[in-house]
Amino acid sequence: MTGPAVHRSWPGAALADGRPEERTAGRGQWVGRAMARKEDPRMLRGRGRFVGDLTRAGLLHAAFVRSPFASAVVCSVSTGPALRAPGVAAAFTAADLGDPFLLATLERDEFVPTPMPLLAGDRVRFAGEPVAVIVADDAYLAEDAAELVEVEWDPLPAVTGISAATGGAAPAVHEGVAGNCLVDLMMFDDERLGEIFASAPLTVSGVFTSARLAALPLEGRACLAEWDDRDGQLVMHVSTQVPHQVRSAVAQALGLPERAVRVIAPDVGGGFGLKCVVGREEVTVAAAALRLRRPVRWVEDRQENLTASFHGHEQRYQVRAAFGADGAILALDADIECDVGAYSAYPFTCAVEPLMAASELPGVYKVPAYRARGRAIATNKAPTAPYRGVSRPQIVLVMERLMEKAARALGTDPLQLRRLNMISPGEFPYTGVNGITYDEGSYRESLDLAERRVAGSGWHAERDALRGAGMWAGIGYACFSERTGYGTPTMSLRRMRMTPGYDTAMVRMDPTGEVIVTTGTCGHGQGHETTFAQIVADRLGVHPDQVRLRQGDTDLVAYGWGTFASRSIVIGGGAAARAADQVADQLRQVAGALLEASAADVELREGCARIRGDRQAAIGLSELARVAYFQTHTLPEALRYGLEARASFDPPGTFSNACHAAMVAIDPGTCAIRLHRYLVVEDCGVVINPLIVDGQVLGGVTQGVAAALLERIRYDDQGQPASATLMDYLPPTAAEMCPLDIVHLQTPSRLDDTGAKGMGEGGMIGAPAAVLNAVNDALSPAGAEFDHIPVLAGDVCAALAAAATGGTPGGEGAA
Amino acid sequence: MKDMHRISLRVNGRGHELAVEARRTLADMLRHDLGYTGTHLGCEHGICGACTVLVDGCPVRSCLMFGVQADGTEVSTVEGLSAGEDLSDLQQAFSDHHALQCGFCTPGFLMLAEAYLAQRDAGGSGPPTEAEVRELVAANLCRCTGYQGIIEAVLATAGGRQRAAGPPGTAPDTPPAAAPDTPPGAAASGP
Repeated sequence: MTGPAVHRSWPGAALADGRPEERTAGRGQWVGRAMARKEDPRMLRGRGRFVGDLTRAGLLHAAFVRSPFASAVVCSVSTGPALRAPGVAAAFTAADLGDPFLLATLERDEFVPTPMPLLAGDRVRFAGEPVAVIVADDAYLAEDAAELVEVEWDPLPAVTGISAATGGAAPAVHEGVAGNCLVDLMMFDDERLGEIFASAPLTVSGVFTSARLAALPLEGRACLAEWDDRDGQLVMHVSTQVPHQVRSAVAQALGLPERAVRVIAPDVGGGFGLKCVVGREEVTVAAAALRLRRPVRWVEDRQENLTASFHGHEQRYQVRAAFGADGAILALDADIECDVGAYSAYPFTCAVEPLMAASELPGVYKVPAYRARGRAIATNKAPTAPYRGVSRPQIVLVMERLMEKAARALGTDPLQLRRLNMISPGEFPYTGVNGITYDEGSYRESLDLAERRVAGSGWHAERDALRGAGMWAGIGYACFSERTGYGTPTMSLRRMRMTPGYDTAMVRMDPTGEVIVTTGTCGHGQGHETTFAQIVADRLGVHPDQVRLRQGDTDLVAYGWGTFASRSIVIGGGAAARAADQVADQLRQVAGALLEASAADVELREGCARIRGDRQAAIGLSELARVAYFQTHTLPEALRYGLEARASFDPPGTFSNACHAAMVAIDPGTCAIRLHRYLVVEDCGVVINPLIVDGQVLGGVTQGVAAALLERIRYDDQGQPASATLMDYLPPTAAEMCPLDIVHLQTPSRLDDTGAKGMGEGGMIGAPAAVLNAVNDALSPAGAEFDHIPVLAGDVCAALAAAATGGTPGGEGAA
Repeated sequence: MKDMHRISLRVNGRGHELAVEARRTLADMLRHDLGYTGTHLGCEHGICGACTVLVDGCPVRSCLMFGVQADGTEVSTVEGLSAGEDLSDLQQAFSDHHALQCGFCTPGFLMLAEAYLAQRDAGGSGPPTEAEVRELVAANLCRCTGYQGIIEAVLATAGGRQRAAGPPGTAPDTPPAAAPDTPPGAAASGP
């Protein structure tokens, strides 16, 4: 039912004087508008519904017993004393559950699968790995009882870093895996490489490292599982980005048909990739609820989130690049190692980082000859998942550092060197040495605009003033593109047993003319309820307030792949656009039948169907909908039985691009690095909602700046987590950030129906390189240079001290 | 045997009496015993500020306070910021400036800002600077927005209240957002 007296204002309604609407290519009446989000009012009133907010009669609470050792044999687990504790309903070990596990697999010979048990049985491989679960009347009692579980451990030596793990005598994280190498791929092995490097006028090389990071959504992982006798289903509310993949995982691990599992993602308090994989805890809670036939909830605490969920981004690149005397890149050779922790995460596997890095390293630059070796190295640390950016922050950092190093060696302007090597405006679509086809973007334009804007808005004067005041100050740039919205044509190259990528939308107009859209994507802060409504509203001629998005419920939406990899607006939005177009056709035909006109002459605008060129003939969409459902007999046979359509979309991917610029100032006394100015010139094609696009850029850049200057997950050499609280792991507050300047270019994608390109990760991808280049620019007079992130004050102090005494500048690096 | 205590308190102007275990945090008591689930727990060790509520008008981390310590107090939570379907000026500004994405940390920022703005209103200070508001906002963590929208929303609300109150030093010709005997953040706030 529509509410009473809903006031809707129609932009453009005043344009009846015949002058053209304020449209640009690809924009509609609603697409392109900075509409306030439909999600906001419930969140602002405290009426969001997160997993932890749900209530159930007889709800039980789960607490996990976790390994204090990075590597150990589990000799015995005794839950007896815990079972006798107050309020305890049950306790389970691996044996109690029948040793179920999650298995993420690639169909590649170079890949070693590492089944991840829901609860570890005889062996733990990282500190924080669960060995038992307690289920009790409340969370306090569950935690009390968890402390009573008696475990006999036989600790083993641990490996905690890439170098340690790959050395000859390194202990094996998984028995029999040589060098702890879970993936070893040689890609694009160009046989001309040796010759090119031998004869190149300039070779630039470096070792580039990035620290392990936590995605750190403010809401940790959480799930509530309950058995529903009426539907014969295990119903799970999960804080997830990928409800269908959780369903598949639970079904596979517990031996259930998929129809017997329903997964619902209610409001989800951020994900950033952490929740696009399936956690063993979620499946364990499902197993407990299934056995007890009672609702069971687990809400991860922050210590678990920091130590026992998933990390990402811990990588080392050993790279050399050959340049001609004119500055053109001749060849690129990379050896990429990713510390992936103890297990492959379901469903993406631990290959996601090395594969992404090796296949996409060249980025926006034309590289004629290329070779990349990508390895995933197992260590006794928490497993890794695709955290925002997935290797792109690192590969952009590598390429942008190489550009700076080469420009210095050649005595040329680094931005000019970038222009020389960049895919140029006339060269799209461009197929690179890596086999990737880059659709049209504004690579050159965004760099030119960034340089002009930096010059024109006082950056150089501000930098000089900072220097005049005794600070080290510098400016850095980063140019990049980002493949977004890629479906099975691209995902299948990874050879995952579960290959993601397509998505399906259903659009239905109800008898009151209101619209329901369902999608397999699963927004968790990106404002999809708003942007999908904008897309569909334009195509149906309705107001976005009349469009409701339903998502995140596996019983309600077609099998879909959720929200990750900047895919939702391209693939989910594209599918919704296609389905809406079909419903629009149905509406035009019904209107044509009622108005005795050709459907081709019917326009859908502002809640009405009108006949082109006839100002009188119009019929409200709600009236059309009423007839379509309640007066079906008056319509031709082909138009009967409702207004709804279903469409899928499975594109190869479309490239967003951007140029970032950063200015930092470094206090010579404290060596603290402060962000002073930040500029993003970005192009994500048609902007559906500028407010939301800016929000994604702002949040992404903040995470990228954090990766460059603040955050790192640390372990000691025994594999003990040293970043288990938010006093040890330091996400940025407002005080670490500065206002951002954001400029949009719009090069519509030709590969999807909306012209939109994904943009959820770009901010994170460009920021580390821009900030690191700015730090290096600031410190260049001192001869200090860093090729690792994060760069901390201590690194600066050490490098300046070393430079002053004639030692090697550069600090010791993060790995 | 649980160490239970009988307490009474007011939440958003409504009286509650309950028995609560000594170790139960104020956050858990509000969320699970009294049903105010708008208050969220992001870290449970006092860093992130998502659980910020006002106790007798002052912002506190409700994960660091026991429920029993709230005996006899007036607590304000996000649910009390506006009545019915209307948003308060601060809530509206958060939406206008896209100061929230996933919304999980939002109640904490709203309560933090509400207390700050109420304090400023009471003290008759002029409009805050960006630097002041940035420092305030640095009290809490948000992982989605990069804080820019939050800072803009607080500045815009402060500006709006300043305008509504008239130039500094003159008597306001409209009542202040919150009545004097109403704790900041209670239902009466908003234009």
